[in-house]
Amino acid sequence: MIKIRREDYDNIIRHARKELPNEACGLIAGTVTGEDKVIEKVYFLTNIDHSREHFSLDPKEQLEAVKDMRANGLKPLGNWHSHPESPSRPSEEDKRLAYDSSASYLILSLLEPEHPVLNSFHISGEVSEKEELQIKE
Amino acid sequence: MKITVAGETKEVKDGITIAQLITEEQVETPEYVTVSVNDEFAKSENFETQVLKDGDNVEFLYFMGGGQ
Repeated sequence: MIKIRREDYDNIIRHARKELPNEACGLIAGTVTGEDKVIEKVYFLTNIDHSREHFSLDPKEQLEAVKDMRANGLKPLGNWHSHPESPSRPSEEDKRLAYDSSASYLILSLLEPEHPVLNSFHISGEVSEKEELQIKE
Repeated sequence: MKITVAGETKEVKDGITIAQLITEEQVETPEYVTVSVNDEFAKSENFETQVLKDGDNVEFLYFMGGGQ
């Protein structure tokens, strides 16, 4: 299970809407206790592809985020990105570029703009598995 | 000599290259790794020849991307 604060959840949606029509992306960091992950910080990074169909994290911003995680004692938990025009599930490209089977890959669908859907996945090769996502009020 | 890798100080042999460090550190899927040395990104075509120096600060960053 992975937990995210309501405030961080809302901020992801707000940022993704702001980046429309392009995909938005970022990193998540936090703590791990057994099987449970808690997102303590969400990073909003530039999609250097500036595309509605693809994303690549800005490596310079990624480096700064990694340093910030270390400085704050947080573990990298995975990443997040938006799908402006498709459902919240890993695409073939998402699967191909997912290198860490233990990471959480959060995908926000804005297919129905007023009803955003955020899911978390584990991805291993061609297989993706939904991870329970809990929003903390 | 001593270098810092992902925030940890390590003893490595003098004259070690980035490519050798990638092997020593058993970096997974190195084809997707970007390397920074003292906050400067190294070009992948220089991994075999770029020699690290005492006190260098090295980070491995995995390319992250995808598409809908």
